Amino acid sequence: MKITVASGKGGTGKTTVTASLAAVWDRPLLAVDLDVEEPNLHLFLQPEISTDVEKAWMEIPVLDAEKCTLCGDCVNLCQFKAISLMISTLTLYPDMCHGCGGCMAICSKGALGKGQRELGTIHQGRVGETRFLSGTLRIGEAMSPPLMEAVKKKMDDILELEGRDAVIDAPPGVSCPALCAVMDSDVIVLVADATPFGLHDFKLAWESFSSLAKPTGVVINRAGMGTREIYTFCGENAIPILAEIPFDRKIAEAYSQGRIIAEVSAELGTVFSSLQKNIRALAAGDTGEVGDA
Amino acid sequence: MREILVLSGKGGTGKTSITAAFAHVSGHKIICDLDVDTPDLHLLLQPTHEREVQFYAGNEARINQAGCIGCGLCEEMCRYNAIHHDGLDVFTVDPIRCEGCKVCVTFCPEETISFPEKHCGRWYVSTTRFGTMVHAQLFPGEENSGRLVALLKQEAKKLAKEKQIDCILSDGVPGVGCPVISSLSGADFVVIVTEPTPSGRHDLERVAGLCRHFRTRAGVIINKFDLNDEQSSHIEKYCRDNGYPLLAKLPHDALVTEAMVKGRAVTECGESKIGLDIRVAWEKIEQLTR
Repeated sequence: MKITVASGKGGTGKTTVTASLAAVWDRPLLAVDLDVEEPNLHLFLQPEISTDVEKAWMEIPVLDAEKCTLCGDCVNLCQFKAISLMISTLTLYPDMCHGCGGCMAICSKGALGKGQRELGTIHQGRVGETRFLSGTLRIGEAMSPPLMEAVKKKMDDILELEGRDAVIDAPPGVSCPALCAVMDSDVIVLVADATPFGLHDFKLAWESFSSLAKPTGVVINRAGMGTREIYTFCGENAIPILAEIPFDRKIAEAYSQGRIIAEVSAELGTVFSSLQKNIRALAAGDTGEVGDA
Repeated sequence: MREILVLSGKGGTGKTSITAAFAHVSGHKIICDLDVDTPDLHLLLQPTHEREVQFYAGNEARINQAGCIGCGLCEEMCRYNAIHHDGLDVFTVDPIRCEGCKVCVTFCPEETISFPEKHCGRWYVSTTRFGTMVHAQLFPGEENSGRLVALLKQEAKKLAKEKQIDCILSDGVPGVGCPVISSLSGADFVVIVTEPTPSGRHDLERVAGLCRHFRTRAGVIINKFDLNDEQSSHIEKYCRDNGYPLLAKLPHDALVTEAMVKGRAVTECGESKIGLDIRVAWEKIEQLTR
C-alpha cells in the first residue's frame, strides 16, 4: 500500500505526519520524501544515509553543427522554446528542455545526439527496520516532476521486491509536482489547518485531488486554532477526518527541535496509531470504521 | 523600479501574512501575488476585480478514435507515460501526465491526434485598500505556473510604468522549482521568511543558494524566533557568515492568526510588538533597495 501525505498549503504539517506515521507503522515500511524542492523528512527521521549517492539525469539533445542543415524541423516541433534558429545558427537552450526526445527523433540528418542534464540526487538510507528514500532537486533546476518520477521508479522497485508499505511526503501545492506525488498512490492523506489560508488551500487541494477518485481523508492539524469551517466543509463533502492533532505550543517546540511528534507523549502516540488504523480502513473502503479518531 | 519578492523555501513560514503587512505599511506600489497555485493574499487584501483575463498556455494531445489504427507508435514515443491502451487496443491520452510536447501529434502516421490549446486559469487586475493588485488562479491540477508567474510580473511592471510607481511587492511560492525561478527573474531584492526549525533552516539555505545562483540580493526575516532560541541563533550566524542582512526577528504571536480570521494585515490590528518590528523591517528594505 502506498500512502501519500499531501496538503495544498505549505507548512500545515505534512512532514510531521509522515515522520510520525513512519514511527508508529506496524508493517515493513519505506519512508519516501517526494518534496524534492525542499526535502525535510530526513531531518526528523534521521536515517543513516548510504554513502553512494545516485544522480538522476534527463536526456536532452546535443548539437553536431557539422551535420545540421538548418532545416528547422526541430525548432518547429519543440514546444518549450529550447531550440532557436537565427539566420545560420541553431542554438540549444538546455535549461528549457523538457526531455521529450522529439527533436532527436525528427532530425533526419542525425545532427542531434544524446546528452544529459543533471536533475538532482537520489538518497537511500535506513532507520531501524524502515527504509528511507528521497530526492533532492539540483539548485537552479526548474523541473521537479522528472526527478520525482525517478524516485518513484526506485520506490516501486523496492516495494515490489520487499513487499513493504510506503509513506510518501509530498510537496505543497495542487499543480503538477503535487499531482505527480499523489497520482500513483493508493491512499491520499491531506493535512490541513483550520486557519483561513489553510481552509482555502485545502478546498483547492480537494478540488484537484478528488478528480483522481482515490480514497482520501484529512488530518486536521493545530485543531482548535482558526475557525470551525473546515469541519463543515468536510461534512458537506463526506471527507473522512482521519485524525486531529491539537494546537499546542509544546508540539511546535518539539517540532522546532527536530523531534517526531508521535514520540512526544503517549497521547500523541495514540493519535498516530489510530491514524494508521483509519488509513487502513479507508484503503479497504471501510469508511464506516473511519472517523472515531 | 524596485521589485521586492517574498520567498521562504519551506511553506507556511508566514510569507503571505508578512507581505500583507508590508503592503499596508509601504507607500505606492503594485502588489503581486505570484502564488498562482494556492494564492492566499487576496484573503487579507479582499481585492475588487477590475479586469479578468483568461489564461491559455500549452496544448494537450487528444487521440481521435475514428482515425486511430492502433499502431502504438504514440505510446512508444511518449516519454511521460501519458498514453495507454486497453485490451481492445483503444489508445487514450492521460491529460494529467501529458506534457504537451507534440511528439505523438507529429509522428502519428494517420495524423489523428489533435492538439488543442489548454485553458489553465484566470488572472486579474484588482483594486485593494493598499493599492493595485495583480493576481491569478491556476485551475487546480494545471501546469504552466511558471508562464503565468512571468505574465503577472510583466503585467505588474506595465501597470507600475503607467501609474509612475517605482515599487513592486510580490508574494512568492514555496520551493525552489519552476514558479520560484520564474518569480526570481528580474527581482531586485528577495525577503526570505524562515522559522527556527530544522526544516526552516534547511530550506532557507536552499532558497538562499538559489538567489546566489541567479545573483539576486536577499535578506532574512526569522518568524516565530522565540519558538527555539538555539535554532534562531544558528540562523543569525548563517546570515552573518553569508552576508544576508537580518531584517527582523518576529515573535510567535496569536495576533497573526486573529488578523487572518478578520481578513486584515497584522499591522492593521492595533499597536503590537510584531507590527512595529514589521515596520522596522520594511524601513530596512527601503534603505537596501533605494
